[in-house]
Amino acid sequence: MDFELMINSFPKLLNAAAVTLKLLSVSLIIGLFIGLLFAILRLNKNVFINKFAYGYSYIFRGTPLLVQIFIIYFGLGQIESLRSSFLWVILKEPYWCAIIAFALNTGAYTSEILRSAFQTIKPGIIEAGQSLGISSKIIFYKIQIPIAIRQSLPAYGNEIILMMKGTSLASTVTLMDLTGVAKYIISTTFKPIEVFIVAGGIYLFMTFVIHNIIKFLEKKYSFN
Amino acid sequence: MMNIFKKTIFSVLLSLLVIGNVNADKIRIGTEGAYPPWNSKDESGKLIGFEVELAYTLCRYIGQQCTIVEQDWDGMIPALIMRKFDAIMAGMSITAERQKAISFSQGYADEVASLAVMKGSSLEGLDTPAGINLTKPNAAAKKALKTLTAALAGKTVCVQTATIHQNFLDSGDVGKVNVRTYKTQDEVNLDLASGRCDAALAAAVAFSDYAEKSGKPVVLTGPTFSGGAFGNGVGVGIRKDDTELLKKFNAAINKARKNGDISRIATKWFGFDASM
Repeated sequence: MDFELMINSFPKLLNAAAVTLKLLSVSLIIGLFIGLLFAILRLNKNVFINKFAYGYSYIFRGTPLLVQIFIIYFGLGQIESLRSSFLWVILKEPYWCAIIAFALNTGAYTSEILRSAFQTIKPGIIEAGQSLGISSKIIFYKIQIPIAIRQSLPAYGNEIILMMKGTSLASTVTLMDLTGVAKYIISTTFKPIEVFIVAGGIYLFMTFVIHNIIKFLEKKYSFN
Repeated sequence: MMNIFKKTIFSVLLSLLVIGNVNADKIRIGTEGAYPPWNSKDESGKLIGFEVELAYTLCRYIGQQCTIVEQDWDGMIPALIMRKFDAIMAGMSITAERQKAISFSQGYADEVASLAVMKGSSLEGLDTPAGINLTKPNAAAKKALKTLTAALAGKTVCVQTATIHQNFLDSGDVGKVNVRTYKTQDEVNLDLASGRCDAALAAAVAFSDYAEKSGKPVVLTGPTFSGGAFGNGVGVGIRKDDTELLKKFNAAINKARKNGDISRIATKWFGFDASM
C-alpha cells in the first residue's frame, strides 16, 4: 500500500468530485422536468400519447447507460448532416453529450417513479377537493403533485444515488470526472488499488450525504 | 449437507490448483488487441497483428508454449504486476516512467509517432523537418517544437490514455494544448474523423492503417517524433523480479533478429521494416 500516493491524490480527486457533482445536479434537474412531463403523459387517456411516453421509458430503462452515452457521443458524431447543423455546437462537447444521456436516462426512471406515485393517491383525496369546489387544475398542482412528490421521495433518493454512480461513465467520453481523474492518476503511477480506494471512498461519502438529505426530507414531509 | 458443500468447495479449489499447474510452464503474454497493425482482432475475434505473430515466434525460440491474453490498455501494467500474465507485447514503448514500475527487454521494433489531422485542416502542411529526436533536441528540433507550440495553441489534441503520446503532450514541450484522452485508439480515430479533435497524436502507422481501412481523409502532419518522452523503441514488458524470463526474451529477440524473423514479420504487417 502506497499511502503517500493516496494522500497526494486525494486533493486532485476531490476537485474531480466537484465535476461529478455538477454533472449529477444538472442532469437531475433536467431529468426531473422530463420525468414529470412524461409521468403526466403516461396518465393521459389518449392511447398514442400514452404509448409514446411508455416507449420512451421502456427504451431508456431497457438499455445500458453506457450504450446510451456511446450512441449519443460516438454514434451521433458519425452522422454527416448532423455535424453541419447547429446541433453540433452542443453535440460536439463531451460534457453536453453526457448531460443529455444522463438526463434522458434519469428522466425515464423518474417518470416511472412519479407515475406510480400519482396512481397511489387515494381517490378520496381528490374527491374531497372536488367537493370543496376546487378546480381540477388546482387540485392537480396543489394536491396531486405535492403528494406524488412526497410518495416518491424514497424511490427518488435511490435514483439519485444510482445516477451519482452512473456519472462515472462520463469518463468514457473523455470527461475528467472523479473516475476519469482516478484513471489518469493510475495511468502515470500504475497503482490502481490505492487510487480507486480513495475514489471509492469519496463516492461513498457522497452517497452518505445524499442518503441523509433524503432521509431528512422524508421525515420533514411525513404524513404523520 | 454441509459435507457436500465442503467437498464441492474443496474439489473446485483443487481443480483450480491443477489448472494453475498446467499453465505454469506456459508463458502468458498480454496484448491489447486494439492497436492495428501492432495488435488487433480479426472478424472472428481472434488476436492478430505484428506482435501476436512475433510473440509465437519468440516463444518458439524460448522453447516454451505461449498463450496470448487480451487486456485493456489502461490496465496493462497493473495487470502484469498482479500476475494476470507474465509479459506485455502491446506496442509498449520503453520509457523511463514505465521502467520505474516494470522492466523491459531490448527493443524489437521502432514506433514512430506523428500528429494526424483531417484533410483541409489549418494544421496541415506545417513547416517542420521530417522527423525530430527529443532525447537531445538539436536546433532544428527545438525550432520545430516552437512551430508546433504556436500551431497547437488552444487546439484540442486527442490521444489514447496512458500512452507516450499523452506523456508528451502533458510534458509541456508544445505548450498548453487541450488534451483529450480516450480508452482506445479506435475512439481517438472516430473523434478525429467527427471533428471533435483538431488533431490526434499516435503511432504514424495507426493513422495510416485507419485511413486505409475507413477511407477517411486522415493525413499526417508535422514531424515524426522519437526519443525523449517517446522512449526508445518497443520492447517486451516484464515484472522486475522476473529476471529469468527477461533473459529468455532477450536471447530470443537476438536469435529472431539474426534470422531475419523480426524484419520479415514487421514488413508483412507494417508494409516497411520497423524492426530494431
